[in-house]
Amino acid sequence: MQCGFAAGSPCEVTCTRVTLPDLCGHLFLDWNFSFAGLIVEEGASEWQLRYAFYGDGDAGWVHVLVAAPLAEKTFPSIVKFVHAADWHEREAEDLFGIHFEGHPRLGDFILHDDAWQEGVEPMRRKFDPREAMRHRKPDEDWRPHRIVQEPGAFVMPVGPKYSGVTESVHFLLETVGEDVIRSTPRLFYKWRAIEKLAEGKSADEVLLLAERFAATTAFAHGLAFCQAAETVCGANVPPRAMTLRVFLAELERLRQHAGAIQEICESTALAVANAHAGICEEELLRISGEITGHRYLFGLLTLGGLLCDLANDACAKALEKSQKVLSQLNALEKHLRVSSSFLDRLEEVGIVPERTAMVYGLLGPIARASGMVRDLRRAQPYLGYENIQFDVPFEEEGDGYARLRILFAEARQSVRIMEQAVGALQSGNVRERIELRAGAALGWVEAPRGGAFHWVRLDGNGKVARYRIIPPSFANWHGFHLSVEKFAFQDFPIMLSTFDLSVAENDR
Amino acid sequence: MSQWVINGIRAGIKTTAYPGKPETAAGVTPGLPVGGDYPANDVNSLISLCPTRVFSNSDSQILVDPRRCIHCYRCIRDIERPVNWEQTYEWGTIRDGQHEFGQPFERSIHICVVDAGDCGACLNEVKQLNNPYYNMHRLGFFITPTPRHADVLLVVGPVTDHMKFALRKVYDAMPTPKRVVAVGACALTGGVFAESFVCARGVADVLPVDVEVPGNPPPPLAILHGLLVVTGRKTPATWAGSKTIKT
Repeated sequence: MQCGFAAGSPCEVTCTRVTLPDLCGHLFLDWNFSFAGLIVEEGASEWQLRYAFYGDGDAGWVHVLVAAPLAEKTFPSIVKFVHAADWHEREAEDLFGIHFEGHPRLGDFILHDDAWQEGVEPMRRKFDPREAMRHRKPDEDWRPHRIVQEPGAFVMPVGPKYSGVTESVHFLLETVGEDVIRSTPRLFYKWRAIEKLAEGKSADEVLLLAERFAATTAFAHGLAFCQAAETVCGANVPPRAMTLRVFLAELERLRQHAGAIQEICESTALAVANAHAGICEEELLRISGEITGHRYLFGLLTLGGLLCDLANDACAKALEKSQKVLSQLNALEKHLRVSSSFLDRLEEVGIVPERTAMVYGLLGPIARASGMVRDLRRAQPYLGYENIQFDVPFEEEGDGYARLRILFAEARQSVRIMEQAVGALQSGNVRERIELRAGAALGWVEAPRGGAFHWVRLDGNGKVARYRIIPPSFANWHGFHLSVEKFAFQDFPIMLSTFDLSVAENDR
Repeated sequence: MSQWVINGIRAGIKTTAYPGKPETAAGVTPGLPVGGDYPANDVNSLISLCPTRVFSNSDSQILVDPRRCIHCYRCIRDIERPVNWEQTYEWGTIRDGQHEFGQPFERSIHICVVDAGDCGACLNEVKQLNNPYYNMHRLGFFITPTPRHADVLLVVGPVTDHMKFALRKVYDAMPTPKRVVAVGACALTGGVFAESFVCARGVADVLPVDVEVPGNPPPPLAILHGLLVVTGRKTPATWAGSKTIKT
């Protein structure tokens, strides 16, 4: 085992295939590291698998590396110890054709078995994305894998088109009557192969993809990509741009949380609360549009800073309006907390205990509602968050109501951070021209839905050679089934809304 | 429960005056590039700057295709000579010259929304149509979960391969007469995702599209305009002045 360590960069531990599961298991289970993700890279002659872990503060980042010649496509699975890596290994198996020995369930994940030919490995270098694919004719008789084998058990299929205005996802709800016994989401109906599209494109073009693959949290993902590329190039982002980035990232979090609250109110059919939360979301969208030109904050980020400056008084005005929206949200929370018909639908339903949340590696507000207090802004600060005063709210119960309370509490913290950012706005430019260099780095951001990790490898010509996105919804969808099982069918939409999941973010 | 009634009344009326009067509030639209003079020397750099080829050369003028715009703002923020940009929102156009949708669409319409690979923004803007600011019910527009009750199919997203089959099935399940509204740059041209081995170049590759609403995402008012075009209550955008003359 070899260990390399330089100040400011992750501790890289190279290990053999035999020691890999134990090492990852110790990091995850014994030493309190969180699992960020698995990054597979295909070199000229060998595979490199990178398992990224992070801890609090000085514990920093640990990247466990394991390599093997390209011809050897079998690696040991680490899911026995790190259950959070479950979907990462399934994804690598589907897209690279790597086999993970000991994984309980591989196949039919991103490439749906009823639509794709066998043996397609789209993330391999030899695969040409411009070539039209031959697909199977969709099999109308395709039936899902069933787990519940009780007498009278049946599967209720839901989706991909299933309700009013919803993202496309398919659920297989297994039941013997009233309660959902087992729920299996079938995702990747919206797989746009962003990681493959990015390969060979310039960094600026990939930034457009990073912003647009999950646009409700566009700024956070664009920021994670920029931070990764800026780390590669050793860029010094001007202080004013850093502060404005903090301001905008928190504005986006506030807006996204207002949207999540609106969804929860809508799912419980509380019409007036739904309207109130809808007003808050629309007002925050308008504030974003007024200050930046775009309601979802597109077209602001660039490598080395921001594309355009925002005036100090415009920021102050946006802050003032955001504070007004926050007072409306506070009033809404006050009324919701005494509406018994509303609380009945949220309290003690969809419980995710802390231990389970940890094992599944849940992220963001959902994890914090189950008592897992790890926020990247605090654990591994970026953009100068270490100098900003804010609390990381958490709850113990892990039920739907706890998740709602976290959203309100985080909205208050976001406005508190925005206030400090506006007060700390430096003068100076907002953009530094950067020179692109070869290299690779990980960028991370606490996106509104949880930690987002972007791995970027640039080649010598300023093109992206490998781009890996690990969005928070990927981890949270993995654990979503925990909250719906053993609860009644009518609670299903409520559980879905309290998890605040994005399909676009997960599917990429 | 009475508190909710009082709260509701206290909030007052938020709903926009559109389509009766234009909406003038700030931040309701991201705007689009439009026509106007542009120096001939800089034209080639402008054309190569745009990642989705909104601008193209044609004899003595540059053509502007707003359908392709993804609001990256490279042509106004990262350039010495910014192009003209207009904060409009009446963007709905009719595809392929058909101008009469006829009596079945003139009154209330039921809309079935399908997400065919959308990034979440277009869908979120469609969802905003139900908030008190836009309140599309007042105009007789209703979202229906089932295609069996739908008059209009509203599609967002570039149409991924996995969604092609489902989208086709939804369309086939709708009773005739039916119309298709494609919303967003991705649904119109594939946007940043097209053309690839898992994505089509928009809805028109799969279904006959009647009304197009550009924008990435189009603001709720633009989607509203697109629906009003279907009902014949608003005239479609003609993109007058969208040709930039070289000087």
